[in-house]
Amino acid sequence: MFSGFMVNAWIVATLVAIVGGAIGFFIVMRGSAFVAHAIPNGSFAGAAGASLVGASTLLGLGVFAVGGALGIGLLGRRGRHDVATALALVFMLGLGALFLSFSVEYGPAVFSLLFGEVLGISDNELWPTIGLSVLCLLVLAMLWRPLLLASVLPDSAQGVDPFKLELAFLLLVALATTMTVPVVGTALIFSLMIGPPAAARAFTVRPGVALGLSVLIAVATVWAAIALSYSTDWPVGTFVAAISTGAYAAGRLWTFALRKRR
Amino acid sequence: MQSVLHAIVEPGFFSSQEVQLAALLGGLVAIVAAGVGVFTVMRGQSFAGEALGDIGAAGGSSAYLVGISPLWGFAVISVAAAGAMELIGIQRARGRDLATGIVLGAGFGLTALFLYLGSDYNNTSGATVSILFGSAFALSPSDLPLVLGLGALTVATVVTLYRPLLLVSVSPELAAARGVPVRLVGFGYLFAMAVAVALSAVTIGAILSTALLVGPAATALRLTRRPHRAMLVAAGTGLGCTWLGLLLAYDSYYWPPHGHNWPVSFFVVALVLVVYLTSGWSRIGRQARHR
Repeated sequence: MFSGFMVNAWIVATLVAIVGGAIGFFIVMRGSAFVAHAIPNGSFAGAAGASLVGASTLLGLGVFAVGGALGIGLLGRRGRHDVATALALVFMLGLGALFLSFSVEYGPAVFSLLFGEVLGISDNELWPTIGLSVLCLLVLAMLWRPLLLASVLPDSAQGVDPFKLELAFLLLVALATTMTVPVVGTALIFSLMIGPPAAARAFTVRPGVALGLSVLIAVATVWAAIALSYSTDWPVGTFVAAISTGAYAAGRLWTFALRKRR
Repeated sequence: MQSVLHAIVEPGFFSSQEVQLAALLGGLVAIVAAGVGVFTVMRGQSFAGEALGDIGAAGGSSAYLVGISPLWGFAVISVAAAGAMELIGIQRARGRDLATGIVLGAGFGLTALFLYLGSDYNNTSGATVSILFGSAFALSPSDLPLVLGLGALTVATVVTLYRPLLLVSVSPELAAARGVPVRLVGFGYLFAMAVAVALSAVTIGAILSTALLVGPAATALRLTRRPHRAMLVAAGTGLGCTWLGLLLAYDSYYWPPHGHNWPVSFFVVALVLVVYLTSGWSRIGRQARHR
């Protein structure tokens, strides 16, 4: 389980879990789960387009993720935010359907982009992933204070343009998407960004601790999921989804028990 | 005259049986989804609609697994997911986003599993692509009674709930004060939305079904503020987008690359977006004139 090609899987999955757990903390705080769903899912069309013209998957994903983030930010400025997100998402997916219809041999790749194929990571994919995850964490550290303030008290964040901050956050999600989707798939990263942070918030109210806990839960989830996937041969995404949903349920039970005792 | 007409409508469009069926079923679905969608937009539940469609894909793929019509799978799973969201707490504005997200994540996991189990691993293409992206031209005449029945059920639910739902959507506090069962009405609507999304999922694909639900409704709400008029405008817009999408997809056989039909779903989604953007401009223009 720890030999040869599996080493890459463990490294990459751990990185993905750290970044996903950290960004997910803000996604849950800000209530932007829809964006966390829309950007990775929509950018999948970019991968389909890239394979059509023969460009690199990473480039296609990056272009679509950033384009989607900008589209959501700009459309959401005027009009309802969730409608803007929905329309940007479906349009990107529509393009994806178009690209897919042109290419013939894309079926298995669709499955792996959507649901993850963590066991087949090559050395070439390793370095871009490491670089992008370090970049993500740096940006997150830079945005930490304004983002925290704006997420907790949206009205009191002075001196920060909320639109710019929102756009910066969207681009951060786009960056994380570009890095994670080619290796783990869109469904998996979404589960990682929602389940562990939601569970962490149930256990503690202090932001720093919650962030750390969220990353810990995410890493544990991914490790368990890979081990289970390796031994059963079922898709990784299924286990990640099941475990992170379980973590959330545990968090809910914990808060429920606390309330009962008082 | 004849040649101009042929340039717009390729020969055989109106006589082809598949096109007639697609236009009939797709049109019905578009009207139902767009009408229901007005409340989705008013209540800010686009994410829930999107999630229901995606989770429905788990149902579609499990239907392949056991060999029943995908529509049944979509409908059953969507309704179950709506129930789960309600249980976790979609009714509170604050936890709504999270409740939807958790259910969606779990749904994705199930979809992956069913698609994996339902087909040889290296050959998931057919099922994966057709469940997720759908095609109006692939509908079969035997789907007609089911689509009609589910469509009627959805419309009946929304019509029954219309007045309390309107009050709950505009002002939940006032509705609660007047004794409207807010939670029950909310769940009733979620149920109707789940069925509408399932219908739309079979026509243009699970992950694109939100386009028909949200797009025409959002356009209509930009053009008019009256809910019943918005529902009519939305239904008309949805119908127009679907039919024009079918026509373009049919014509696209003669576009480059030659001899290949572009997918209907793409045209429908693109038209919906264009109409939405245009309606935004028209509103800006109107505001400018008022000043």
